[in-house]
Amino acid sequence: MEATTYNYKVVRQFAIMTVVWGIVGMLVGVIIAAQLIWPDITYGIEWLSYGRLRPLHTNAVIFAFGGCALFATSLYVVQRTCQARLISDGLASFVFWGWQLIIVLAAVTLVLGITSGKEYAELEWPIDILIAVVWVAYAVLFFGTIVKRKTKYIYVANWFYGAFIITVALLHIVNSMAFPVSWLKSYSMYAGVQDAMVQWWYGHNAVGFFLTTAFLGMMYYFVPKQAGRPIYSYRLSIVHFWALNFIYMWAGPHHLLYTALPDWTQSLGMLFSLMLIAPSWGGMINGIMTLSGAWHKLRTDPILKFLITALSFYGMSTFEGPMMSVKTVNALSHYTEWTIGHVHSGALGWVAMISIGSLYYLIPRLFGREEMWSVRLINVHFWWSTIGVVLYIASMWIAGVAQGLMWRATNEDGTLTYSFAQSVNAMYPFYTIRLIGGAMFFAGMLLMAYNVWKTVAAGRVVNDARIPETVHA
Amino acid sequence: MDAGVIGSIVTVVLFVLFIGIVWWAYHRGNRKRFEEAAQLPFQEEDHETRRP
Repeated sequence: MEATTYNYKVVRQFAIMTVVWGIVGMLVGVIIAAQLIWPDITYGIEWLSYGRLRPLHTNAVIFAFGGCALFATSLYVVQRTCQARLISDGLASFVFWGWQLIIVLAAVTLVLGITSGKEYAELEWPIDILIAVVWVAYAVLFFGTIVKRKTKYIYVANWFYGAFIITVALLHIVNSMAFPVSWLKSYSMYAGVQDAMVQWWYGHNAVGFFLTTAFLGMMYYFVPKQAGRPIYSYRLSIVHFWALNFIYMWAGPHHLLYTALPDWTQSLGMLFSLMLIAPSWGGMINGIMTLSGAWHKLRTDPILKFLITALSFYGMSTFEGPMMSVKTVNALSHYTEWTIGHVHSGALGWVAMISIGSLYYLIPRLFGREEMWSVRLINVHFWWSTIGVVLYIASMWIAGVAQGLMWRATNEDGTLTYSFAQSVNAMYPFYTIRLIGGAMFFAGMLLMAYNVWKTVAAGRVVNDARIPETVHA
Repeated sequence: MDAGVIGSIVTVVLFVLFIGIVWWAYHRGNRKRFEEAAQLPFQEEDHETRRP
């Protein structure tokens, strides 16, 4: 018999875990921000040293918080826009529990100092294999549901989610190729500059497809739904999709400017990074203009505030990124705090805020309520996060530029004007402002958790969301 | 054929493909289907769930 209801269970599980892992990941971020000001704050306990907590922070916020948000929204959107239940409830549970197991294994191994040393791909080979298996299951679940859709067309959000799923599989498998020497130790299959290039081909496309394309899928569903009107231009969304896919793949070398990478490869990376402004801004304009004619909603609806502010930060960071990939700018900015500021303008401003907005839309629907327990608290959360991000990125910009200028300053006889320790000392006030900004963003997540708790407590678990029987299009 | 020539051919083919996609997206005959597709998130029943 054909299913008559949607599978909300897996969406609910991932949605709740998004909030949980968001709090964990951001708490670790706040701790390491504090460590930069007070290095002895964790009493020299090796498990809590900066070098171990930093990859824990990045993995937790990207793959646990961001990942759960993407699983939750993609599995919800694909069902609702295809008007079909997920092909298998068992497979859905496998993806959920598999992903949670991976997160726990990551947390344990990273804290114990077990790492392959590749940024954003630190996990050792047995966990890498588990990720590949769960990811393939996710792909089968997602594309299988598209295949059995009742609608004629595949909605654009699913194209973005689909590109994300395929590309992340490719990136993960190629970059994680390694020779194991024991259960917990392996060496990359690539050597020297090839290893660096493969790593940053992976690294930048993790940004491009995990943190961008997928969250754009979220944008293409939740912005129109919350605004109550279709996307500004569906045609632009098609061009946006393909332009992004064609260009992003080539931007990785901008992470390796002024290294042993051949000069032409560096220039190629810079050129493609500059071209990325076009599709990025096309997508941002498409999202924001969806509100055209309904701008007044932005005054009263805190969920729309989250979604539209996220798009504004997306526009800012996708302008900043190409600028930083210009070799002469990179000569100043690379290895400084400016990079950290840029990343967080994207990660907090874009990724986290679009996820938070989407979850505030999603959670009441998963628990049989019209809206969140407190809309006023959403508004407070919005302002705490916005002020938090602004403090964070502004302090890191100033810190980064100051650092870059101090490092390159030379005296008339060619000696360095400042010692490295002097440049570190100059960072204290900015690190403090950053800690305050980050703590504000973290506190906003606690508010969200409280609001979610109250909403769940007052609601009921929805397992009978009906699939429309007649297809209109 | 060396890698450089193959790379050039692939680049040109992909570029032409992309121009084709842009043409397809903005072709007048396709206007209606894209407008229909844009409505997909809104095709839902009034009462999504049975009321308790």
